Amino acid sequence: MTIIKRGFAALAAGALSTALAVPAFAEPVKFDFWFGLSGDLARVVDTLCKNFNDSQKDYEVVCTSQGNYDATLQNTIAAFRAGKQPTVVQVYDVGTATMMLSGAYKPADKLMEENGYKIDYSDYFPGIARYYATSKGEMLSFPFNSSTALMYWNKDAFAKIGKTEAPKTWEDVAADLKALKDAGYDCPMAINISANESWQLMEQFSALHNQPIATKNNGYDGLDARLEVNKTKFVQYVTDLKKWYDAGLVKIKSKDLGQDMVQAFATGTCQVILTSVGDHGTVGRTQKEGMNWDVAELPVYAGTERKNSLVGGASLWVLSGKSGAEYKGAAAFLNFIHDPKTALFWSTNTGYIPVTKSGFDFMKSNGFYDKAPYKGREVAIESLTASEPTEITRGIRLGNFTQIRAEFGTQMQAIFANKVSVQEGLDTLVKNGDAILERFQQTYPGKTLP
Amino acid sequence: MEKRVTFGRWTIGILFAVPQLILIFTFFYWPAGQAVYWSLTLQQPWGGGNIWVGLDNFRSILANADYWNSITASMIFAGISTGLAMVIALVLAALTDRQLAGSWLYRVVLIWPYGIAAPALALAFRFILAPEAGFMAVVNKVWPGFWDPGLDGADAMASIIIAFSWKYVGYNFIFFLAAFQAIPRSLIEAAAMDGSGVIRRFWDIQFPLITPTIFFLLVINITESFQDSFGIVDIMTAGGPANATNLMVYKIYSDGFKGLDYSGAAAQSIILMFLIIALTIVQFRFIERRVHYR
Repeated sequence: MTIIKRGFAALAAGALSTALAVPAFAEPVKFDFWFGLSGDLARVVDTLCKNFNDSQKDYEVVCTSQGNYDATLQNTIAAFRAGKQPTVVQVYDVGTATMMLSGAYKPADKLMEENGYKIDYSDYFPGIARYYATSKGEMLSFPFNSSTALMYWNKDAFAKIGKTEAPKTWEDVAADLKALKDAGYDCPMAINISANESWQLMEQFSALHNQPIATKNNGYDGLDARLEVNKTKFVQYVTDLKKWYDAGLVKIKSKDLGQDMVQAFATGTCQVILTSVGDHGTVGRTQKEGMNWDVAELPVYAGTERKNSLVGGASLWVLSGKSGAEYKGAAAFLNFIHDPKTALFWSTNTGYIPVTKSGFDFMKSNGFYDKAPYKGREVAIESLTASEPTEITRGIRLGNFTQIRAEFGTQMQAIFANKVSVQEGLDTLVKNGDAILERFQQTYPGKTLP
Repeated sequence: MEKRVTFGRWTIGILFAVPQLILIFTFFYWPAGQAVYWSLTLQQPWGGGNIWVGLDNFRSILANADYWNSITASMIFAGISTGLAMVIALVLAALTDRQLAGSWLYRVVLIWPYGIAAPALALAFRFILAPEAGFMAVVNKVWPGFWDPGLDGADAMASIIIAFSWKYVGYNFIFFLAAFQAIPRSLIEAAAMDGSGVIRRFWDIQFPLITPTIFFLLVINITESFQDSFGIVDIMTAGGPANATNLMVYKIYSDGFKGLDYSGAAAQSIILMFLIIALTIVQFRFIERRVHYR
């Protein structure tokens, strides 16, 4: 009996494998897409995948959330080492340098070309495209979910101190925070100083002021780049933030303490926050009834020629070692995501901004930015396109930047706890960050960034 | 005449041992060997290649002030949390053993904390100890600025120690109670008849008789405080503020998985392994002498 059963099983398996080897008609080619978003955003991605699968019948994308960006990269690396990698994976902005040196990807521009898709790369907002492009301008990955940092301000509170406009310079911010404090507001501005806030406090600030984070054009020109934030305008910024914190104008808000800064703003506890445009929807949904608020570009110091802010978010990478059929599917999927209609769907359901000019124009012509819940999000595009990206404001291309961000959090906490002076803290940040960069360089001997 | 049960051929014995040996090899020696190999090389995370660097990874770790800070933090954490968890559990077990009213209830309830997963209890304690929203918010109202684990490293360390001890009180309690109940009643009754009080009986009879259990729990608690603290640190403080709670096991995780520095993390775990082995040897050599096995 068992022998007969086994025989049948073997026959069935054999038949199955031949069926797999020769794709039958009407049987879509499946490929995997791993992403790092969770909760509401993961549901939007699932809908996006379903829309793609419904839009044609040759390919079927299987979308799996890995929880967060870090886990997605870790799991993908583990899967790649075991030869079980997904075809498409979402990698966050700061993972770009690591991906470029991995040798584990298929360049996105080549993929599209090979499969007959014509993508107009000049259609991408330059501030977004250059963050992910090589130093020669080739697109190795596709920008996906993108955002930038904005200042959220409470119009009601500012009306009390006779202001109807958001402050444009940090000098004005200082005066307004003082006035808010005097008007009885306990928390004029909220910040947090963990690794995550490196993005708006250090990276965006440096770009807006055209100040480098690291030598070699923020790492674009070589792995021997080293940090230099301890001798730029950033030092003055941290000094001011600390001064305002000591004067009670700035409060630290984080989830560990009870309320994060977005909640603190939405409930009306704190009057100014600096965070991603991606939180625009959250604030709108959770705000105190009747509260009037708006977003503005991040302030700069007086006399600064404002540059473009940096894009944050993630891009889609296609990994190597997959079959031609899977690559065809991946190319179709990327082409679908590139479509302006998908941009409208994506931005309507999330707080992310469109990544192409045609997507932005399509949304504008649909009246997206005129209506209440989405009004104001166009400020993000203004901020991203404030100038043509310079050698320094096109992005940050540093190895193991996640660890440098962690070091940023550590040193900011030491500074705000009065353990070290501002200069000492930033010097240590540079020293420890350089050790991380040096180690990254040693791990890839003889390799250069594309 | 002595009866001996032996196998005729040594191969049968080996055959019986093989399944166990395979398990140990696959799940212990092989990964451990791999970790040793990684610690002596620089691994590219995507597996593109590696370079032999000898002991360079160990040298750079041991020259790093942050790493020594991490060792100090782990030692402080291990010492205080083990002490707290054991003393509290000992007192609770002694009281329960005295059959005070409702002791049957404590016996059941006190075991529960050990059954809770570390991240879940960390989440609960994060809320309880949050300076603006939880229980400590009340204390902060009375003494403003008294409790601030977001910036004060000592407060953050206290938070994770409280959470860890709370969990291990339950574990220790089970063993202490069992040890107390194994002491013959007649000994205690005899002492009572001779007129010794509760405290006296505890120090002269019960305590010496449970030293084997105390020793066992000491070894387990210290070892676990190095390893089982991960979930609590990850949820409650993520190693902050300013590395104050960056325990060795958490640093291994963040360097290895977040920083993709597999070689550095492998070297750190080798050091951690030797540290735990060394601590255990010290305990067996110097503390076990004071233990009286019956």
